[in-house]
Amino acid sequence: MSRLFMFEKPLGMRDTLPELFDRKRMVRASIEKEMERWGYRFIETPTLEYYETVGSASAILDQQLFKLLDQQGHTLVLRPDMTTPIARIAASRLLKKDMPIRLAYAANVFRAQQREGGRPAEFEQIGVECIGDCTISADAEGIALIISSLQEAGLEDFKLSVGHIGFAHTFFLKILGTEERVEALKRFLYEKNYVGYREHVNGLALSSIDKQRLLAFLKLRGGIEIIELAISLLENDEGKEDVLQLQQLFEMMVDYGLEEKVKFDLTLVSHMSYYTGILFEVYAGKVGFPIASGGRYDQLLQKFGKQAGATGFAIRIDRLLEALGDDIESSAVSCIFFSPERRKEAFQYAQEQRKLGKKVVLQDINGVMDIDNCSNQYEDITFLVGNAGRETGI
Amino acid sequence: MKDVLTIAMPKGRIFEDAADLLRQAGFQLPSEFDDSRKLIIDVPEESFRFILAKPMDVPTYVEHGVADLGIAGKDVMLEEERDVYELLDLKISACYLAVAGLPNTKMNNIAPKIATKYPNIAAAYFREQGEQVEIIKLNGSIELAPMIGLADRIVDIVSTGRTLKENGLVEYERIVDITSRLIVNPASFRLKEERVNELVERLVKKLQSSKGL
Repeated sequence: MSRLFMFEKPLGMRDTLPELFDRKRMVRASIEKEMERWGYRFIETPTLEYYETVGSASAILDQQLFKLLDQQGHTLVLRPDMTTPIARIAASRLLKKDMPIRLAYAANVFRAQQREGGRPAEFEQIGVECIGDCTISADAEGIALIISSLQEAGLEDFKLSVGHIGFAHTFFLKILGTEERVEALKRFLYEKNYVGYREHVNGLALSSIDKQRLLAFLKLRGGIEIIELAISLLENDEGKEDVLQLQQLFEMMVDYGLEEKVKFDLTLVSHMSYYTGILFEVYAGKVGFPIASGGRYDQLLQKFGKQAGATGFAIRIDRLLEALGDDIESSAVSCIFFSPERRKEAFQYAQEQRKLGKKVVLQDINGVMDIDNCSNQYEDITFLVGNAGRETGI
Repeated sequence: MKDVLTIAMPKGRIFEDAADLLRQAGFQLPSEFDDSRKLIIDVPEESFRFILAKPMDVPTYVEHGVADLGIAGKDVMLEEERDVYELLDLKISACYLAVAGLPNTKMNNIAPKIATKYPNIAAAYFREQGEQVEIIKLNGSIELAPMIGLADRIVDIVSTGRTLKENGLVEYERIVDITSRLIVNPASFRLKEERVNELVERLVKKLQSSKGL
C-alpha cells in the first residue's frame, strides 16, 4: 500500500465545509418541519449495530457493509440503512399496543462503494416509517409526504415512479410456476435490462400467449391508463388485488391533488429486497440517480419477531442538494473589528446585535494581517478602533 | 419548446452504423456530422445534442445523467455494469467476444495468463469455466500478447476474424454475441419520457421493417 498523504480520508468519506453545511441544514430543517407537521416523531438509533441482527436483516449487499469487531468478538456493522434499525426498535419496544406509529429520522448511513471510490460511502438520509398500518392510505400518505417534503425544500422539477413488487411477483409466478424462474426474470428488471428480459422470455418454453403477456409487461409504464392494461394481462384475476391497490392509490393521489407528480412503472424492482407491495422512486432534473425511494415492507418486522405491516421512504440529502442547485442562500454574517481600547463597547454592541438574531463575528484588529481580504467575507463590517466614533464599512 | 435530448455516441467502429440507423429512422442528421472533429454536435432541427465519446465511456456518461441516452456495445455494457436502462437491441455492429490464442497450444495449467481489454468479462468467464487465471489488462492491439509470449490466450471482440488470421491466431471459444444497444439514464427515462418513447418507437419501427425484408 502506498503511503497516505496527510489530507486523505478513507475511500468515499467526505468533509462538509461551512457553506455546504449551511445548505444541508436548511434543507434538512425545512423537511423536518414538514414531517413534524404530519405528526411524525424523530428518533435516533446507534451508529453501530450487530451484523447478525440488523446487518443481515438489511437489504444492503454484504460487500457493501462496513464491518468491525467489538471487544467480545461480535461482528458489528456501521448501519447501512435506517429502516432496519427502526424495525428493530418498533418490534422490540414500541409496537406493544396495536396501533400505527409514525417515526422519522435524519441520519448518516454507511455503504462501501464498489466502483469509483469517490462516490460517498457515508451519506445522510432523511425519512419516515409508518409502522402497523396496512392500508393503502398509509402508502398514499408516504407518497404525499415525500412530495410535500421535497416541495418544502424548494424542489419543483421532480417525478415519482410508482411500482408494485407484489404484482410483478404474482404475475410472474402464475406464468412461470417456480420461485426460481421468477427470480431469474426479476433479475433482468432489477438490472434494468429490457433487452435481456425480452431475450430471456423468448427463450422460455412457454405458449406464445404467455410469452406475449410477459413481453407486454414491459409496457406497464405510464398514467392511470395502464391499470386497465395490467388487468387485461391477468388470467383468473390472480394479481388483480394488487392492481386495484394501485388504482386506489391513484384515486387517493387525486384527492390529495398530487396526481400530476405520480407515474406508474410496474417494471420497477428495487435493490432493497425487503419491499413487498407498492414501492416508488423519485427522480429530479439535473440528477442522474434517484434522489429518494421508498415502499411497503410487510415482512421486515417479522425478522425481529413481530408481525406488522409498514411503509416508509428515505430522501438522500446529497442528491437533493444537487437537484436544488446553488440557489440556496446562506444568511449574512457581519463583523466588528475592535482595538483593545474599545473592547468593552465592541462586546456590548455585538451582544445587542446577537440578541436581535444577527450573526456577528468579533475580531480583534490586531489578529488580522490583511484587513481588506478579511472584510470581504462579511456582509457588513463595523470598526470600533482607536478613539474615533463608530465607522461602518460595506 | 421540446426538451433537448443529449445522446452519447461511440466514436469509431460503431459510429457510422449508429448514425445511419438514426437517419433511417427518419431523423435529420447533418452529413458532415460523421467526419467532424468536434466532440459536441448540436442538431437543433431535431432538438438533439450528440456527445462523441470513447465507446467504453458511453455508459458512464449516461449513468451520471450528463447524457440522457447512449448507444453502446453489449461488450461495454457487460464490462462496465452501469446502472442504466438497456432499452433496445439495435442489431447493428454485430460481432462477438471470443477466446483466442496461438494454434495448437494449451493453456498453462498453473496460472494461465489472459490478456484483454475486458478484465471483468474475462475474469467472470473463466471463473464460470472453473479456471483460475491471471488477467492482464491491455488497451489495444491485444493480438500481440500471445505472439510475444505475454499471455496464453486473449479475450477480445471478433467481427470478421481477419485480424486474428493475419496475426496467426485462432479462435478457441465463443463467449457471447455482441450488438449495439440503446441505453437511457433512469432519471431521463422518467423526466423526458415522451421524447425517449418517441425515439424508441421510431427505432423499433425501423428495426421491425428491416427484419421484414
